Amino acid sequence: MNTITTDITWFRAAPVEAFPENGGACIKLGNDQIAVFNFTARNEWYACQNLCPHKMQMILSRGIIGDTCGEPKVACPFHKKNFSLTTGENLNGEDYRIKVYPVKVENGEVFVGVGNEISDQW
Amino acid sequence: MDVLVIGNGMAGYKFCEKMLYKSNPHSVRLTVFGEEPRPAYDRVHLSSYFSGTSAEALMLAPAGWYLDNDIDLHTGELVVAIDRERKLVTTQHGKTAAYDKLILATGSAAFVPPIPGTEKDGVFVYRTIEDLEAMTAYAPKARRAAVIGGGLLGLEAAKAVLDLGLEAHVVEFAPRLMPRQLDEAGSRVLQRKLEALGIGIHLGKNTAAIEGETGISRMVFTDGTALEVDMVIISAGIKPRDELAARAGLAVGPRGGIVVDDLLRTSDPDIYAVGECALHKGMVYGLVAPGYEMADVVATNLTGGSKVFTGFDMSTKLKLIGVDVASFGDPFCVSVAHHPVVLEDSVKGVYKRINVSADGRQLLGGILVGEAESYNMLLQTVKNALPLPPAPEDLILGARGRGDGGSSVMRLPDEALICSCEGVSKGTVCRAVAEKDLSDVKGIKACTKAGTGCGGCLPMLSDLLTEALKAQGKTVRKTLCEHFDYTRQELFDLIRVKGIRGYDHLLTEHGKGYGCEICKPAVASMLASIWNEMILRQATIQDTNDRYLANIQRGGTYSVVPRVPGGEITPEKLVTIGQVAQKYGLYCKITGGQRIDLFGARVDQLPGIWEELIAAGFESGHAYGKALRTVKSCVGSTWCRFGVQDSVGFAIEIEERYKGLRAPHKLKSAVSGCVRECAEAQSKDFGIIATEKGWNLYVGGNGGAKPQHALLLAADLDKDTCIRYIDRFLMFYIKTAEPLARTAAWLNKLEGGIDYLRDVVVHDALGIGAQLEQEMQGLVNTYRCEWREVVENPQLRSRFAHFVNTPEPDPTIQFQEDRGQRFPVKW
Ligand code: SRM
Ligand SMILES: Cc1cc2nc3c(=O)[nH]c(=O)nc-3n(C[C@H](O)[C@H](O)[C@H](O)COP(=O)(O)OP(=O)(O)OC[C@H]3O[C@@H](n4cnc5c(N)ncnc54)[C@H](O)[C@@H]3O)c2cc1C
Ligand code: SF4
Ligand code: FES
Repeated sequence: MNTITTDITWFRAAPVEAFPENGGACIKLGNDQIAVFNFTARNEWYACQNLCPHKMQMILSRGIIGDTCGEPKVACPFHKKNFSLTTGENLNGEDYRIKVYPVKVENGEVFVGVGNEISDQW
Repeated sequence: MDVLVIGNGMAGYKFCEKMLYKSNPHSVRLTVFGEEPRPAYDRVHLSSYFSGTSAEALMLAPAGWYLDNDIDLHTGELVVAIDRERKLVTTQHGKTAAYDKLILATGSAAFVPPIPGTEKDGVFVYRTIEDLEAMTAYAPKARRAAVIGGGLLGLEAAKAVLDLGLEAHVVEFAPRLMPRQLDEAGSRVLQRKLEALGIGIHLGKNTAAIEGETGISRMVFTDGTALEVDMVIISAGIKPRDELAARAGLAVGPRGGIVVDDLLRTSDPDIYAVGECALHKGMVYGLVAPGYEMADVVATNLTGGSKVFTGFDMSTKLKLIGVDVASFGDPFCVSVAHHPVVLEDSVKGVYKRINVSADGRQLLGGILVGEAESYNMLLQTVKNALPLPPAPEDLILGARGRGDGGSSVMRLPDEALICSCEGVSKGTVCRAVAEKDLSDVKGIKACTKAGTGCGGCLPMLSDLLTEALKAQGKTVRKTLCEHFDYTRQELFDLIRVKGIRGYDHLLTEHGKGYGCEICKPAVASMLASIWNEMILRQATIQDTNDRYLANIQRGGTYSVVPRVPGGEITPEKLVTIGQVAQKYGLYCKITGGQRIDLFGARVDQLPGIWEELIAAGFESGHAYGKALRTVKSCVGSTWCRFGVQDSVGFAIEIEERYKGLRAPHKLKSAVSGCVRECAEAQSKDFGIIATEKGWNLYVGGNGGAKPQHALLLAADLDKDTCIRYIDRFLMFYIKTAEPLARTAAWLNKLEGGIDYLRDVVVHDALGIGAQLEQEMQGLVNTYRCEWREVVENPQLRSRFAHFVNTPEPDPTIQFQEDRGQRFPVKW
């Protein structure tokens, strides 16, 4: 899919406390579901689509996070497919890919950045 | 010497690699012309390009590799003429280059049968990255696609069609699928499997025309039937690219292919052909391994060595489609005297056939459908003419009973070819492990290149590694994962001795990196087995089922399983379960564990449901945990005319004692009231059977994927002794097993087996009996119902929500109705 990202709009997600340490939670943005991860051990935040592309399950926010050789990742609870939280790439060498989003924290509030996207389907 | 290669595909690339490796520096100048716009890529894994693997990732070597090695690569250059007199080639753009030796590695093209309509928009072949790009671009306009050809490649294309989100059909001219590899029966089993995947299979169909006004709308067959489709992929075989050779006057076969001898020389001794364009003894090899072997033969001979090509085995394994299919050696033995041994299990969808030589001594070949785990061993048995076991059927049935399977990789001779893509033998692998001090498969791949081609030999490499390390007297330490350099048992001791209570603490002090889905739940399980603290204190290291104290289902809802100790339940409690299920619209099912499972609860509904169940006296059934599940019972002496003891009473006592106990894997038990064994105690991790004098205790049983009967640990015990032995047995298992090893798997690996276990548990040979009992008692004393804690703790309760920025439930959850109940929609 060719996605041309122009500029980014920041959406307020929830207060920091809503996200468990070293874990994720899901937020609703319009009709989209986004998984947001509070990667305390790295002192980083990550966000990705909540939908696991393997069996189309709305679940990634409930996955265990961690790393493979330093690359931060989330493992889908259903069949343990691993996705990079920085690129969205599947780390088991399969063809799945997920969308990732930028995250920022300001005054105890977590924000997720969504690009205004033009996508041409394929 | 000027060596010129025409074709930069898989064989052409491999030739360059071999030349660099074998020739003296600067003695050979390599020039390569390739027609495709990019350097050689891995055509075998082409299909993975479909939904994302980039062209770069498929590249056999990066573009810089050619430069670094002084290979003069010209991509996008089709060679149009060879001047054999002047030893000169010319490309379509007018470039020329001279050679001393010329290598033709032009591969093949998809064979397109002469069917009217193949020129239409919407008809594709499946060979290059560009072909796939064209298909992906077209797919959004299509709904149903048919693949012409039901061979290896056709089925791979069918899978690609499914991946594109289209309805897939396969049309095969022969009366069976994969006609070169499978017999009738094998094809039938495969067909059922593919149909179950949603692929329409049409056999014995000869396509007469592809019709349609704009684009295509249907295929018409010679038998008058038709199939409505809007996309067609032709995968009906290959046609060697011999046109250039033919024009230069080289000998080509009547049905295509550049004629070569055993040195791969064409009719001009300075010109060689390798790969799919070569015709050797009447054979064109459409597989990568023989092409690599040909490349090696030519490179060897050009650099002063000597080697001949003697033909190649056509054994293959289908990849990708999600059904294991393989054929090896001579799968049919049409004109060879032989005894076929056939196993067909139509329930499981498994078909296996092996052909044993007439004298019963040798394996000639065979077919595997539905399960191809034994492919590598069988292939090696054929290739190395290994002697057959006395009962050859064991080869496909697997060894029965607990004896040694006998098909260990170590039986293979050193020259046995383990990786046929890269031509790596068992000896080479074992030597590399010893000399380079390798400890993982990754290392073997890097040092020997084994396993870097089709990947079919990876399981065997892993077995070889373990055995080779063992042979060196190294114990194979199963460390947990990349984050901990310790075995589970070592970590278990560290946690206990150092009093570590949190995952983060353990990782900081004894691990590295940030953890993963393997070590987090494994450590969570150990912490629970040692300290028995509420697991949700560290919710994010728990596997999903433990994190939400419920089993996740298709569609993202959860199941609720209240504990019903021993399977005994009052009418009042039954009524409560019914009412709760009705109120929340939950699907009800009696489980195989003698209790009731309520399915389809949303994560936000779980605490409310449990609140009502707990108020009625229920507790968590730990159906979600690697913990004690159920203790099944039979009615026993209270009701049954044969019963000799109160099995229900004892089952309840046992279940109450061990409920909530967390272990490396789940634990199941059962108590039967007499030898008739209605509770199936001998299939449990620990099972108890009543005798006239007391109770017999069995351990290490398992249902599931690898069923196994439990073994008698001690006989005629009184209740107290029986419980003491169970305490010891369970604690010993919990302390020493690997993560996710059931008691059966653990016992099978335990040095000394059941006799040693009996020494430890019954005779207390290690002198740890009292300690094990005490530790178990500690866990029993600290039991609390996890669900009660959640229901009563508002902070824990608030974690049970789908979104954190709105109280709404997940709007994507959908149900469908059937047989009067709700089910998740199919995935
Ligand atoms: C509900 C039930 C099937 C049923 O409708 O009867 C069931 C359902 C599941 N079983 Fe089972 N098993 C159920 C009885 C069994 C039995 C029979 C028994 O216990 O008497 C067996 C064979 C006996 C055994 O375990 O040795 C059984 C062998 C398995 C296995 C294979 C274990 C093995 O060692 O090979 C798994 C996979 C695993 O645990 O890794 C499994 C895993 C599962 C899971 C948890 C799969 C999952 O992770 O989603 C299923 C989901 C349950 C849910 O959502 O609540 N289930 N499962 C049974 C629940 C019993 C209960 O009341 O707790
Ligand atoms: C989808 C797919 C899946 C496959 N799966 C498997 C598998 O699982 N196992 C297996 O063993 N094999 C598999 N194969 C077959 C395997 O890819 C081939 O056997 C292998 O690629 C053959 O290598 P080659 O170099 O002979 O031909 P190719 O890789 O086709 O390379 C030939 C190259 O020469 C170029 N060329 C031709 N003529 C000229 C000219 N005149 N001038 C310049 N360049 C020219 C072509 O454009 C091409 O790039 C698969 C093939 C496909 C298409
Ligand atoms: S047998 Fe398989 S499908 Fe059936 S409940 Fe058990 S795990 Fe699920
Ligand atoms: S649904 Fe995510 S891995 Fe299968």
